[in-house]
Amino acid sequence: MASATRSRDTPLAVLVLPSLLMFVTFAVVPLFGVVVLSFTKWDGIGAILPNGLGSWRQVLADPQTWRSLWLTIMTMAVTWAVQTPLSILLGTFLAGHQRYRALLGVLYFLPLLLSSAAIAIAFKSLFDPNFGLGAGLHIPLLSQDWLGVQLAFPVVLSVISWQFIPFHTLLYQGGVRQIPVQLYEAAQIDGANRFQQFFRITLPQLKYTIITSSTLMLVGSLTYFDLIFVMTGGGPGNATRILALDMYIRGFKANQMGAASVIAVFLVVLGLGMALGVQRLGGRDKTASQLEGM
Amino acid sequence: MTHLSAFSRRGFLAAGAGIAAASVVGCSSSTATGTASGGAAGKASMWGLTGKPSEQILTDCVAAFNKLGKGTIDVTLFQNDAYKQKVRTAVGAGEAPTLIYGWGGGILKGYADAGQVLDLTDWVSSQAAWKAKFFDLSWGAGTSNGKIFGVPANTTGPLVMYYNKKLFDQVGASLPTTWDDVMTLVGTFNSKGIAPFSLGGGSKWTSMMWLEYLFDRIGGPDVFNNIYAGKKDSWGDASALKAYKMVQDLVDANGFVKGFMSVTADSNADQALLYTGKAAMMLHLSGAYGAMKSVQADFVKTNLEFGGFPSIPGGKGDAKNIAGNPAMFWSISAKASDAEQTAAKNWLLEGEFTDTVVDAFINSGQVPVQKSAEAKIANSADKTFLSYIYSMVTSAPNFQQSWDQALSATQAEALLNNISQLFSKQIGPDQFATNMNATL
Repeated sequence: MASATRSRDTPLAVLVLPSLLMFVTFAVVPLFGVVVLSFTKWDGIGAILPNGLGSWRQVLADPQTWRSLWLTIMTMAVTWAVQTPLSILLGTFLAGHQRYRALLGVLYFLPLLLSSAAIAIAFKSLFDPNFGLGAGLHIPLLSQDWLGVQLAFPVVLSVISWQFIPFHTLLYQGGVRQIPVQLYEAAQIDGANRFQQFFRITLPQLKYTIITSSTLMLVGSLTYFDLIFVMTGGGPGNATRILALDMYIRGFKANQMGAASVIAVFLVVLGLGMALGVQRLGGRDKTASQLEGM
Repeated sequence: MTHLSAFSRRGFLAAGAGIAAASVVGCSSSTATGTASGGAAGKASMWGLTGKPSEQILTDCVAAFNKLGKGTIDVTLFQNDAYKQKVRTAVGAGEAPTLIYGWGGGILKGYADAGQVLDLTDWVSSQAAWKAKFFDLSWGAGTSNGKIFGVPANTTGPLVMYYNKKLFDQVGASLPTTWDDVMTLVGTFNSKGIAPFSLGGGSKWTSMMWLEYLFDRIGGPDVFNNIYAGKKDSWGDASALKAYKMVQDLVDANGFVKGFMSVTADSNADQALLYTGKAAMMLHLSGAYGAMKSVQADFVKTNLEFGGFPSIPGGKGDAKNIAGNPAMFWSISAKASDAEQTAAKNWLLEGEFTDTVVDAFINSGQVPVQKSAEAKIANSADKTFLSYIYSMVTSAPNFQQSWDQALSATQAEALLNNISQLFSKQIGPDQFATNMNATL
């Protein structure tokens, strides 16, 4: 047994090299660069000047940073709370092997095929206050100023959820299909109804899928950018300026690379912390099985 | 729409940094080959913008020049918004093309301060006859600290008031000449269920146009000149504060179309509001004329009226003063070899504004920054509009360059952001002044 493991170790280390190299070149080195840049002043074309804690002070004292952080946290919390229950329900529903479910599944997965930019442009047109869906159909209820100061943020969050629910549904569908059918058979013999089966078998068995899906959602929404950028550009005013967008605007519009790097460091720390935190929820023992005794 | 996109400087960037980054890689290699085969042959690289009709005019003009045997220009075209970031990255990395296309103002000053573009002052003054062919006011935004770093390019783009004549006839009103007229018209149109002004407030620079004119009409060109010179508290000038208040009064009076903060200029939805009769008036770049003509030729022919920004009673500014984009600019990279620079200069002298080029711009409904345009406009199909723009530009005592181009990128971003909050009433006049004074 021991020798078998050792003989496998060497080639594994070699196999891991290419991806490790890529990871170091494209993730670790730039990350280090960002930390260095956060202590400098640079407009993108001139010389990079050391700035000590100047950029940090500037960013920490700017109320916009904290507003953006709040919007980012809201984005994570709301999209998670909306997407998770819907995805679990849809995933469980689509895990059934009936024909009509497969057909509906194809329809549900459609948003997954569209690029974020395409989705953003399409919704922007639909929500247009003068030429959009509401104005076109003359339905007063739909003729709101959807992307105005009041509604822009909730509307953007809804579109994000709409875009990603299919992906997480797919994860949960796979998760549900992995659950051994014997569990359900045994439960049926014991007289458990559908709801009991869902809450006592399906949900607990999906624990690791929930953790994976939640990690993807939380870390993903932390750095979410493209859809909001195209749909509102952070506006109106700063109503949808989440941290990732704030970083882009500071770096590439205002040409303050130092300040943008500070936000980038923020995002890295937050993202890493969150990913580790969610993984912790799953328990320390990564090899623990839910199928013991099966 | 495409030809306006050349002007919509702060529009959205659908392509994103990914494409920009990919094209940096793609193009730095073409620049490298240009340099390698340069030398005696005098082959210069040039980066320009896509978008009809200017794209076609540029490529035709370069092809014609290359046949003259005075050097070769190798042109590469980019989409407007992707170009802005790409050229900045390239200039910063010392990989700029020989001929750099730009908007002048604060960004060009940044290049000049970093020593990345050639000081053309002596060369331009040695070519007096050639220099005199350009509009006199067009050189300003290409000049920094009295030195010329950019040669005017393409067309002039002042901001014009557009009116839907049909709607004016419908309510029995005449075109406004003063601010009081404007406020009266706001009430008249609102009472008939017509939006007074169309505005693509989501694009921010569109709202900025209003402040540019209000500043001038109330306090004259000095109000912004003080800001440009970095004078303390200049955003809090009494005239400036009055302008912010007037903007918010106009917003309160429902002067702008419903939901204007989420209307964007990239999609030309603001122009559509005017020609579909949902809004009666619009302040926009002169390029909007050609853009509307390309989609609604009948409307432009029969129902479109235009004029200058109304005067403000008691204001100091001359009603003939204008704001907008005086010109685009060509700069020459300081990193280019002598042979490349010579080819580039030859093109500027003999290729950039040939008769054919001037004709082509006029046919597309634009006014090139050349005095020779005047005679040609008289025979053009768009004579009324083009001669109006021509006289507007040549008789203006002051042509204020768009603020977001004139200021540094850092100030411009803060400005656009605060303007967006001012128009959506998230902040008041005093807060706006405080926020902007902090950037001086």
